[in-house]
Amino acid sequence: MVDPPSLLEPLIPSLRRYAYALVREHAAADDLVQDTLERALSRWSSRRPDGDLRAWLFAILRNLHVGRHRQARRRGQAVAIDDAEPADPTADPGAMLEAHDVLAAVDQLPEEQKSLLLLVGVEDFSYDEAARILGLPVGTVMSRLSRARRRLRSILEKGPALLRRVK
Amino acid sequence: MIDEDVPIGEDELQAYVDERLEGRRRAAVEAHLGRHPEQRDRIAAERRHRAALRGQLQTKAAEPIPARLRIANIQAARRQKAARRGALAAAGVALFLVGAMAGWVAKEEAPSFALSSAPPATVAKGATAAFRTFVVEVAHPVEVGAAQEEHLLQWLSKRLGRKLAAPDLTAFGFRLIGGRLLPAGSGAAAQLMYEDGTGRRLTLYVRATEGTETAFRFRKDGDAATFAWIDQGFGFAVTAVASRDELLPIAEAVYEGLTPKG
Repeated sequence: MVDPPSLLEPLIPSLRRYAYALVREHAAADDLVQDTLERALSRWSSRRPDGDLRAWLFAILRNLHVGRHRQARRRGQAVAIDDAEPADPTADPGAMLEAHDVLAAVDQLPEEQKSLLLLVGVEDFSYDEAARILGLPVGTVMSRLSRARRRLRSILEKGPALLRRVK
Repeated sequence: MIDEDVPIGEDELQAYVDERLEGRRRAAVEAHLGRHPEQRDRIAAERRHRAALRGQLQTKAAEPIPARLRIANIQAARRQKAARRGALAAAGVALFLVGAMAGWVAKEEAPSFALSSAPPATVAKGATAAFRTFVVEVAHPVEVGAAQEEHLLQWLSKRLGRKLAAPDLTAFGFRLIGGRLLPAGSGAAAQLMYEDGTGRRLTLYVRATEGTETAFRFRKDGDAATFAWIDQGFGFAVTAVASRDELLPIAEAVYEGLTPKG
């Protein structure tokens, strides 16, 4: 049997990316990834050996996040003091504005739509896998994906229009 | 040749956005979009948004994995935690026995490890407030820098009324960058600040307080975690943006570092 480190470590960068996109705060995202890995290790023997490890980990992370989000809503959200976006100096300003807008706009979506856009659009999960991670039927995933993208577009179209008026 | 009569589904448009269509179906979707400009614009925007989102998150996945997320370190922490649980259970039994004996033998003198909950919480609160104020400081995080460590410690020791040492935390990647004096109730508090290679900061906060001795108390305030304890009339707190498991060994090292040897 292959040992956990060599199976899990290649998946950490994409777990961190998903976690960061969900919580938008670097340290809290790494807390979430750490808890995910701890839970995965503690349940290592109970995972289905034929199941997809990557989808399993993303499902753990997402479930932890959803559970916490519920708690945080009850308690009131902590706000990060110092959490600037890393700027990419090679990107041209216009593209950067849009890139920033997209992540910020995704943040305004309900968690399920946000996760769907991230799992399918960024993490390249198949529609089947995304459905399993989110606990939805595949048909539902397709229609929700379409709805999420429509909503994202309407958020983004309102944003730049406002900027242009201010300018 | 493209068959115009084959209807196109929304699921195929989505698959096209996700670059998951090939060959004839892809060509059919492109032909369909060519005939429907309003749909073409929508799908083009959705493809652009998908690419922008990927681009924005690309740097995050390219970052090196932080040490605390390395599997070997998580496994080691798990083993340590299991061992500590065992030790704590044993300590609990010992405390119970000592407590029972003390209560039975001498009623007039309270055992020194009697746990009063208020003081460590007060110390932790003061420490967290000071942490929040000065850890974000870029220009003046400390009043006296580590270059004058001897002077710094003499000064703080004099104002606190207790000999203060700066525990060595290099084993955890943290080095002393300096310290400052702060008001605390009617007296003074000292804050020593440490920083690691990534710019992450940790503070040790010390003030005079009532009480003789308590165990470590953990407190999480937003993302700032604190271990606080009281020892011989002084309250101590170690604060950082860290998980409980990450901070505990550091707090233990600080405790060791502050306790006079011999």
